[in-house]
Amino acid sequence: MSENFFKVIRAGINTTFQDLGRNNLNHIGIPISGVMDKRNYIIANKILQNVTSHPIIEFAYQGPRLVYHGDPLNISVSGDVKFKIFKHKNEIEGKCYETITLEDHDEIDLISTNKSVYGYLAIGADLNLDYQWKSCSINTKANIGSNKGKKLQDNQKIEVSNIKELSRRKLDYINSKIENIRVIKGTNFHYFSKESQAKFFKKEYSVTKLTDRMGMRLEGERLDNIINTNIKSEGLVKGVIQIPADGNPIIMLADHGTIGGYPKIATVISADFDKLSQLTPGSKIKFKEVNLKDAETIFKLYEMETNNIISKIL
Amino acid sequence: MIKNISNLGDAAVYCDFGNDVNKEINSKVINYFQSLKDSKFEGITNLTPSYNKLIVSFDLSITNFEKTKKIIENLEIKKNHNISKKKLQIPVCCEDEYALDLKKLEKKLNKPTDEILDTFFSKEYFCYMTGFIAGMPFLGDIDKNLHAKRLETPRVKVPKGSIGLTEQFCNIYTFESPGGWNIIGNTPLNVFDSLNEDNPNLINPGDTVSFIKINKEKYKKYYE
Repeated sequence: MSENFFKVIRAGINTTFQDLGRNNLNHIGIPISGVMDKRNYIIANKILQNVTSHPIIEFAYQGPRLVYHGDPLNISVSGDVKFKIFKHKNEIEGKCYETITLEDHDEIDLISTNKSVYGYLAIGADLNLDYQWKSCSINTKANIGSNKGKKLQDNQKIEVSNIKELSRRKLDYINSKIENIRVIKGTNFHYFSKESQAKFFKKEYSVTKLTDRMGMRLEGERLDNIINTNIKSEGLVKGVIQIPADGNPIIMLADHGTIGGYPKIATVISADFDKLSQLTPGSKIKFKEVNLKDAETIFKLYEMETNNIISKIL
Repeated sequence: MIKNISNLGDAAVYCDFGNDVNKEINSKVINYFQSLKDSKFEGITNLTPSYNKLIVSFDLSITNFEKTKKIIENLEIKKNHNISKKKLQIPVCCEDEYALDLKKLEKKLNKPTDEILDTFFSKEYFCYMTGFIAGMPFLGDIDKNLHAKRLETPRVKVPKGSIGLTEQFCNIYTFESPGGWNIIGNTPLNVFDSLNEDNPNLINPGDTVSFIKINKEKYKKYYE
């Protein structure tokens, strides 16, 4: 039996193994984690006919450069990603959303994401990863998950086994851009002055560089709290927008702290998480209010749209 | 018993048990939390109890707010389930290199270090909740004379094991993390063990913690 593995030549900026994350651990302080852009994760795996929960390599801005050793294997890349494949000294421009067959000594260089944050590399084989609480998702802050809870490291190996059949499949797909982030008013909306409540929905906010898998910090018109800048610490969920004393919004993302003590002005709706997570520093966003019923309908449409996209993979 | 039920975004139910923070309200939160946890309803993905709130997250692909709200409203609350009631002793070293904010606290509270520490070590503390970061216990209630505000500028990195005070609570930083609590010492004990999947937290809601003062020599022995 031959050994099949990738060797990491360059790990990239923030490269982790992810899947759908781990549930039912918030009460001991462990967030869900999991992929930031779920739709792109699902598509990359479906192109390879992997199951929905198959582990994937997620990277931010710059991805890894890997050399492959072993029997022929299919991969796919999703997101808006510029990458190259090196086959016997031939350099091939990579195309997202289609199967690519790697052979012994081939290399893949995931150079960068274009005007977006996250890209995905799916592999058509089992990844031999350690699981913690039934998930391989890496939470680098708590050192939880596969790879000892650490980002991918230069020179490490990624072993694979049970290589899948090499069928060729592709999808015509372009990531759509977001115009507004839809939110539901939060439990502490009334903590803010009437003027600030109006500003929150009228003004533009920009994404700052202090944004990672834990949270997205925004800058814009300061929001004035007229009741109290702290609440008694309470649970948080993904998408909650907290306003600390400096008046600038922070949106909770996949690796967020499970408990927080800043007032919650609003919560981003589930259907907009994928697009939200792809906003690069400097991007401008506007918040649009929807009610709960609308948010539920929008989510059903989002799921239908995802299934529709997957059905078009040929 | 829940004063108000509302939605938190489109995929969570926000259960409000009132504004006060005390053991009585907190034990109601823990009872609801345990009863829901034991009942294993399909679609519920996370339960986050805190001092006086319980957040029930669900998978919007499987269920929705109205259905989850009904489950909570019709829940049979069992009182005799396995709530943790351990008594734990946590060793703490308060010598200079570990007590990062003790000097500042002397000024803030206008009290000498000895008095601050004697007061702190003389009481037992109840664990209201764990979270923010994995395994971090929120312990109360500390003596009124020790109530202090958070640091004006939070630290980017608080060392693992740090014991922090703020307002009526104290906590233990289970690993290096950002934070703004006033650090008065450090424990060599590992309070969160991610390799122990069944029981990663040393301290759980309902437990009682007392702190034992140790010197630097004894502290270092824990690492031998």
